[in-house]
Parts: sequence; C-alpha cells; structure tokens
Amino acid sequence: MTNLHTELKESIIEQLNLEDMDPADISNDEPLFGDGLGLDSIDALELIVLLEKDYGIKLTDPSQGKEIFVSIDRMATYIEENRTK
Amino acid sequence: MEVKIYINGIGSISAQSGDLFSGDSARIYQENIFQAISPNYREFIKPMALRRMSKATKMGITSAKIALKEAETEVPDAIITGTGEGCKKDTEKFLENLLDQNEKLLTPTSFIQSTHNTIGGQIALNLSCKNYNVTYTQNSVSLETALLDAQMQFDEDPEIYSILVGGVDEISEKITSFRKLDGQLKSKSIKNLDLLKEDSTGTITSEGAHFFALSKEKKQNTYAEFQTLFIKNTIQPENINEEIEAFLKQNNLDSEVIDVVILGNNGDNRYDHYYKNLQQNLLKNTMQLTYKHLVGDFDTASGYAIYLAANILKSGKIPSVLKLNDIDSKTPKNILIYNQYLGRDHSLILLSAV
Amino acid sequence: MNKGVAVTGIGVISAIGNNTGENYRSLISGKHGISSPEILETIHKNLPVGEIKISNESLAEDLKLPKNHSFTRAALLGAFAVKEAVTQSSLKIDNETGFISGTSVGGMDTTETYFKDFTQGKTENSRYVRAQHPGFTTEKIAEHFGITGFVSTISTACSSGANAIMLGARMIKAGKLKRVIVGGTDCLTKFTLNGFNSLMILSDEQCKPFDENRNGLNLGEGAAYLVLEAEEELKGKPVLGIISGYGNANDAFHQTASSENGEGAFLAMQKALKIAGISSESIDYINTHGTATRNNDSAETEALKRIFSKNLPDVSSTKSFTGHTLAAAGALEAVYSLLSLQNEQVFPNLNFSYPMKTSGFMPVTKLKEKPINYVLSNSFGFGGNCTSLIFSKNGG
Repeated sequence: MTNLHTELKESIIEQLNLEDMDPADISNDEPLFGDGLGLDSIDALELIVLLEKDYGIKLTDPSQGKEIFVSIDRMATYIEENRTK
Repeated sequence: MEVKIYINGIGSISAQSGDLFSGDSARIYQENIFQAISPNYREFIKPMALRRMSKATKMGITSAKIALKEAETEVPDAIITGTGEGCKKDTEKFLENLLDQNEKLLTPTSFIQSTHNTIGGQIALNLSCKNYNVTYTQNSVSLETALLDAQMQFDEDPEIYSILVGGVDEISEKITSFRKLDGQLKSKSIKNLDLLKEDSTGTITSEGAHFFALSKEKKQNTYAEFQTLFIKNTIQPENINEEIEAFLKQNNLDSEVIDVVILGNNGDNRYDHYYKNLQQNLLKNTMQLTYKHLVGDFDTASGYAIYLAANILKSGKIPSVLKLNDIDSKTPKNILIYNQYLGRDHSLILLSAV
Repeated sequence: MNKGVAVTGIGVISAIGNNTGENYRSLISGKHGISSPEILETIHKNLPVGEIKISNESLAEDLKLPKNHSFTRAALLGAFAVKEAVTQSSLKIDNETGFISGTSVGGMDTTETYFKDFTQGKTENSRYVRAQHPGFTTEKIAEHFGITGFVSTISTACSSGANAIMLGARMIKAGKLKRVIVGGTDCLTKFTLNGFNSLMILSDEQCKPFDENRNGLNLGEGAAYLVLEAEEELKGKPVLGIISGYGNANDAFHQTASSENGEGAFLAMQKALKIAGISSESIDYINTHGTATRNNDSAETEALKRIFSKNLPDVSSTKSFTGHTLAAAGALEAVYSLLSLQNEQVFPNLNFSYPMKTSGFMPVTKLKEKPINYVLSNSFGFGGNCTSLIFSKNGG
C-alpha cells in the first residue's frame, strides 16, 4: 500500500464524516459505492472537490466520477496519472 | 364537521432533559445561549445517515420517532414541521466556506442540508413516508402554523387518521450570537432561572425539538385533546385582553373555563407587558405558568409549552418551578398557551383534558 | 365537481418582465430573460441566470420606502408583485386578509452581505440580523401593505410558492380566511448560486428543459402573488381563474434527487386531480417543473407517463424563459397557467432540439392556440417535496 492510498483513505474519512472508521477498515479494492462502503451521489460530489483541492484534477461532468471512484485502487491510479499537484 | 384531535405521543428534546413531572429538578445555566441535551441519536438513526446530519435534523428525527412510537403509529398520514431558522448550522457552514474561499472549491453537503425543509424531508425519508409534507418558517408561529395545517387536514379529509407535527430549532455558533447585536439577547450573562427577575432588554436562547403524534383516536395513554388555536401577526399591546376574549368567545368559551394559562414571558422588558397585561386583567384569577426560564426562547420554544400542558392535563401534576402566581388549580381541564416574540407572531393554543 | 377558490388578482416580476403584461408579451414572443449576472456580485459570471435588471435602490424607490428600510431583495421583489396583484383585484386589506408567502432562502442576500460585519461585532446594519428567518422577509411585505392578521411563510425549497397557494386555497375553503394573498419570492444570492453550482447542476448555457442534451438549470429570481377570495366575498368582481385542485406528496427517496419513476410527483398530480374532481383527460396543458437537470426532467417525464399514459396533453417548461426561481417558481408558473387559461395559449418550451432517447417526450416548442379549460402546474423541491396545482376557467 502506497502513501497515496493511506492519504486518500484518511481524507475520505474526514471529508465524508465517516466518524467510526479507520483507514484500515477500507480495503483497497472494496467498492466505495453501493454494497461496499455505501457512499452515495452526494459523496461523489464531495470526492470531485477533493480531487481538485488536493490533486489539481478538475472534473466537469459528475458522471466521470463513476469511473474513478470505483475503489481506492482505481482512485489512486487515476490520481497518479492525472495529478497536477 | 370538526373532528376531535388527540395528542397520543410526544417527543421532547430541550435544554431540560430531566422529567419535571417525576420530581427531577430544573437544570441551571449561567450563559445566555445554551444547548439542548442530546439523547443517544444512534438508537434512532442509522450511522451512514447520521454522519451528515446537523443537530436540528438529529433532534427532529429523534423526537419524531419517540412521539410516533409512543402513539404506536408507524407511518403518519402527514408530516408537518415548523422551524424559525431551519438548519442554521449548515447554513452558517456553507456561507462561511463561500465567503472564506471566495466562492471556490465548495462542497454541496452543507448546502443540501441548509434548506429549511431538511428536517421534514429527512423524517419522511427515515419513515419512507410519501404523504403530505410541509415546512412552515414563520418566526415564533412556525410550529403553530404547522398545528393549524394539521387541524385543517383532519377536518378536510376523512381518510386522515394520524398526523406528525413538530417544531425544531438549533443554535449555531455565529448566527445565534448575532442576536447580541440587535438586542434580542441580554447583554450580560444571567442565570436562566432568574430570567423573569431581570428588568432589562433581550432574553436568553437555546434550542430543541418537539414532535407530537396527533390522532383522531383517543387511546388509553392519550395526553390531551388539542382543541383549537389562533394566530395573528400584529396585536397592539393594549388590545391583548380583547383579542383573547374574542378568541374564547369564538370558541364558545369564557375566561372562567381556563384553569391554567402558560405564558411565554421571556424577560424582555420591551415586550413582556403583553403577558403582564393579561396577568393583571383577563387572567388575573387564573393559575399562571411560564417556561422560558427553563428552555430559553427560540422560535419553536412553544413546543415545550405544549409538552408541559399535555403532561399537566394527563398527570394532574404541576411542577412548582413553572408557577408565576399563587393561584392553584386542582384538576386542570383546560389550558391556554399564549406566546409572541418581539411583539409579533402571536399565538393562542387551547388544550383540554380527556 | 369541486367549486374551487377564485383568483381575483395577479402580480409578477421576473427576468421576463416587471408586471403581468410584460411577462405575457415575453411568453408569447419567445423572449427569454437569461443573461450573465450583473446585479448579483459573484465570481461566476459564466453561469447564466434569470436576473431582474433592477437594483434594490430602484425597487425601494418605486415602493417609496424610507432610506433606512430593512427590506431584503426578496421582500422588495415580493412587495413589487403584491402591489400589482392587490391593485388588480381592488383588494381592501382588513383583519380577515391573510398573507402566505413561500421563500427558500428569504433574506440570504443580506445575511451574506453582512455576515462578516456581524461576525466582527459591527452593529451598523443590525436591522438585518433577523433576515436569516424566512419569516422576516414575509413580515416586511405584510407590514408594507398593513396586513396584521394571519401571516405565514412556507419553506419547502422549490415547491414553497405552490404550497403557499395550496394553503391559501385550503384556508378559504375551510372558512378560516375570506381573502388571502399567496405566492412566493426568491432573489438571486451567492449562497444559492454557489450551492447549485456545488451540486454540479447549473448549465453554463441557456437551459434546455426536456432535451436529450440538457445539462442543468439556470438559476433565476422573481416574485409572484395571487389574490384568492371566497366566492361569497366576490360581489361581482371579475374572476381571473379558479384554483380547483392541489396535491402534495413526498418522494421519500433522496435528500435532493427525484426517484426514477417520479413517485412523489405522481402522487401529487394524482391527489390534485382527485381534489379537482376531474380525470386526467380534462387537463389541456401542463406547466411542468422542468428544471432541465438530467434527473428532474426524466423523473417528471416518468411520472407524467404514469398519470396520462398515451394521452399526454401539451406540455412545456417556462423555466427556459425565467430560469428556476426556486420558491417563487410555483407562484410564477401559477400566473403563467392563469394567463394560458385566459388567452387560450400554450407557451413554448425554449431551447428544445432533441427528444430524450428514453421517452421520446415532445414538449410544445411554438406558441400554440387552442381551447384551454384546465391547466396543471408542477413544482418539486429538495427534501422530496412535490406539489401540483390545477387551475381552471371561471365557471369551467
């Protein structure tokens, strides 16, 4: 697990108020939405802002999020490929 | 045809968590802004839903569920909410971020939660209740307008059987404290129980949620009958006795049948003369009670007065901390509640024993 | 059939006109009011809005307010529209005249302007401290017209105005009021513009309701009010239309989004038809909620299909003219529905090119003349609040 993975888990827990969770509770390949962590469309919008704020990645269409916020693994890969900061 | 409406369940969250009717003593506060005491919200709301909710929403859902459970109602036929300032904490959060970040990189959660109908909407979501749902936001008659709507619903639709009605308001760090700037709050900190001993402007404030499960059916554990209510935006101070007499007359009553009056005195010497005028005239021979020294004044504080009235009518007990005069009422049958704020948004509510 | 409640006056101000006549002329000539924000101070100049190009100062002057008045912009717009409605109906305001106003954010324009000052303890503009209460804006308007009796505010987000009309009609029917002014007002604010922007549902072009390529709404501002009177109080007054049905339901699906099959909308329309005592075939025109977000327009279409099946009447969204005026929308569109009845015209849905692939749904895109007896108007809001109103001709 890279630092980016842990960093992402920490910011997700903070940004989405997942108060009772610990980074260790989220596995890298676990689905973030639906049956996995159980995030919803409002969380997706929060994550879009997180991408822009922390990594300088600007999404203009909320539906793009669906392909990126699949899992921590997928998010980390996307960030590595596209980050501007 | 007018139907009879009964209060069959009550959920009350306020700065007074103890049960005054079982002999608990009143909580004392030394600040002019104090918080409601939170129950364990997790017993009522799932963690994934809870994580985003502000206190107003948590208090609202929780008190609503307590009221429904007591009335043994699963899904009410309507949910009607009153709130003066709605979800103030989320409003403040989104507004501060907007101003501090110069309209950039804003996340939507607090905006979504800031709308005044968040509480009513979240209760509907929590109960999967697709029925009539409205939120009133008219200062100190927000809850009263909700009650008026409920009364009309019962009269209009024979299929309406149970209605959930409630009032919720929360304090937020900044917006609530702005009330110091326009004289709504007392300039010096006082002890809450001394509120009515002060001769100064302004009041003390807090927060709370009061939901009532109303029904056409009288049950074994029914608290009281909700008789009627009256709302008027502006009343001249010298006309208050006549207004109340007219209200009673319209309902074929006179002041003699009122055993107890619960008054909204809030220690603001600019406006308490509305109450004092009544205390010294029309209702001078009536037992007078008051409550804002316990829970502070906020737009839906009258929910606590209804809670008190309903409990007095059910139990026959009258906690002495509420008493404003020495007149007693052995077995109160009719209780009148009168409230206003800053001389506006006057309301009268009449409850009776069953 | 249900008797309904009479409308004896209407007043409106929006991005397409300062009074009913101007709004009507814009609607029939296809003249929209969408532009870049000029009066609203925001960094988002790229986001088109339905802005009323009149400053607060001019509005206050027109209403002859004193210099140190404490009207919010929503109160200024509201009073402006109420004035027109009251004049048209020759309404005498008395103790039995009520006022019910819908607003979503009320005086947020002043709250956001003075928030930092108040945080620093500055008392100069403390007359606006209470502006965060929606009821504050309502009371300013009530005060201006000397309304002292029943005054109330409804805040159910974007269905507020429609719910205010519904409550007014119910109170008249129940004999609680003889006359009532009902409607809604909302002004553009940084708060709402940034809020909807953070939800990524604002379009950066003119909104395209019901189009396959719709990409969000345009925020608007406006106010509209109706004077409702009990039948026995009319005494020969001209009647502009009748409120014959209303229905309110909750989608109970999601905090902001509508359910895919538009359950709340379906239930609201169903109830409105029931109260009006008519079948769905009687509806001649539907003024939809039609915000032009992906979600609303597909959910609303589904709900319409469920109510009307194959016999869908003429449908359009006038939000393509005014933008989405939030709490005022239901009131604005009530006025447009009454204009549609009076003039026997269906107003066009602008900016429509391609039907939605899923439904093939076709709104009316050119002004259409035809006999109109019943108009249905939909308003849906955050929190799942859905309201439908039905208007009919006098004696219809």
